[in-house]
Amino acid sequence: MSATAAELRRTPLNERHRALGARLVDFHGWELPIQYESILKEHEAVRRDAGLFDVSHMGQVWARGKGALAFLQKVNANDVARLSPGQALYSQLTNENGGIVDDVIVSRLESERYLVVVNAATRAGDLAWFKKQAAGLPVELEDASDSFGMMALQGPLANEIAASLYPELAGLPRFGALERRIFEQPAVITRTGYTGEDGFEFIVPNEIASRLWDNLLLKGRSVGLRPCGLGARDTLRLEAGLLLYGQDIDEEHTPFEAGYGWVVKLDKGDFIGREALRRQKAEGPRRRLWGVKLLERGVPRPGAAVLLEGRRAGTLCSATFSPTLGTGIGMGYLDAGLAPSTKVAVELHGRPVSAQLVRPPFYKRSEETHG
Amino acid sequence: MAKPESCRFMKSHEWVAGEGADAAVGVSDHAQSEISDVVFVELPKLGRRVKQGEAVCVIESVKAAFDIYSPLSGEVVAVNEALVKDPALVNRSPQEEGWLFKLKPSNPAELETLMSWGQYKEFLETAATHGH
Repeated sequence: MSATAAELRRTPLNERHRALGARLVDFHGWELPIQYESILKEHEAVRRDAGLFDVSHMGQVWARGKGALAFLQKVNANDVARLSPGQALYSQLTNENGGIVDDVIVSRLESERYLVVVNAATRAGDLAWFKKQAAGLPVELEDASDSFGMMALQGPLANEIAASLYPELAGLPRFGALERRIFEQPAVITRTGYTGEDGFEFIVPNEIASRLWDNLLLKGRSVGLRPCGLGARDTLRLEAGLLLYGQDIDEEHTPFEAGYGWVVKLDKGDFIGREALRRQKAEGPRRRLWGVKLLERGVPRPGAAVLLEGRRAGTLCSATFSPTLGTGIGMGYLDAGLAPSTKVAVELHGRPVSAQLVRPPFYKRSEETHG
Repeated sequence: MAKPESCRFMKSHEWVAGEGADAAVGVSDHAQSEISDVVFVELPKLGRRVKQGEAVCVIESVKAAFDIYSPLSGEVVAVNEALVKDPALVNRSPQEEGWLFKLKPSNPAELETLMSWGQYKEFLETAATHGH
């Protein structure tokens, strides 16, 4: 092993990945599996059966106290006041310009106790931002990221597998959140994910992460559960039109531009970025994140130029081969005034390949098979 | 198509079989395993004249694109059309059904610059000990 690999941070599941023969890569300073056996097989397992992901690199920040809600309302574009204890929501943190500081899941566990799950690469920046914005408010912030591991059980059979270990999980609604003891340790479980399928995310103390991982794999193996790496996580989330912070969104882009205007609740009261977002909503964003679907064979990659009538009109920020559609897909910022189905071209190896604009998602699961 | 024992290999893991008018080219089993899930192969144009070591086609996996270099100089006289519908043939059968293209070599003496199967296996072992 090289010196740089030794300096990478390891999750509590690192030994499990090694034992399973995973290919490990550097992901924002964390040593994580890109794949175990095959990205295609892992992708298919999640769409058809179930997959288990180590997402322990994600950060967990607690917000507690009388001022917790006021603090969260200030930093989030979404309306945290809508949450009852036991509910979670997807949100984006915005700056004064409406630019996206991070995208997060906020869970309300008790009336004055919330958990914010943040991205790994933005964790330190978020913490500094949170502390600045919390000044003067009666809220206690605690970064618990180093003590907790996190894993995601995703796919149409996730419910069956989770309920076979913890029967009350079958009753957890979409974006529900609950606390319970797992191996006598406090854990948070949310019905959330990043794949476009039904599923759960388990946030558990490091000491018991590998035991829970083993139990879930043991319960799920007979119905097709596979351990899945970052490779499948990326193809799954992109098909589902889910954003990757740092690649699709950042402080230079707003929720409206990203096609996530539904996150922004202008009527909830004041929050950071509200005025800028109100203006942008009234004027309409000039650019937006479009889906691009290839009409010819080829595999687009992030950074590929998107051409409109032969001229460069934008760049793909995320792009891949879609295992479910069997075709190349991507997302990139282009003129918001364009219409869906507009013919464009994506430059691959110096050659224009024909494609068309679509509104993400590229894939939507059938709802009737899920609760 | 070609047992590895009768092929010559490049350090970039392409194999070439035969010395006649149709020297088939593919990637080794080691290479297909490293590339993993092949989802697209961009084949060269028929009639294209290539030099030894020139990038002639691209194999794409879910995660990345891999340039494939020609083991010999010559003219492309056939491409494996079966890869259009089933690019995963490269993974399932790298030495047989997953061949990429055939060359009419212009300088058969170039074969001598390539590794034999025995030399290639040794090269892989050395790379495994010193690399990664």
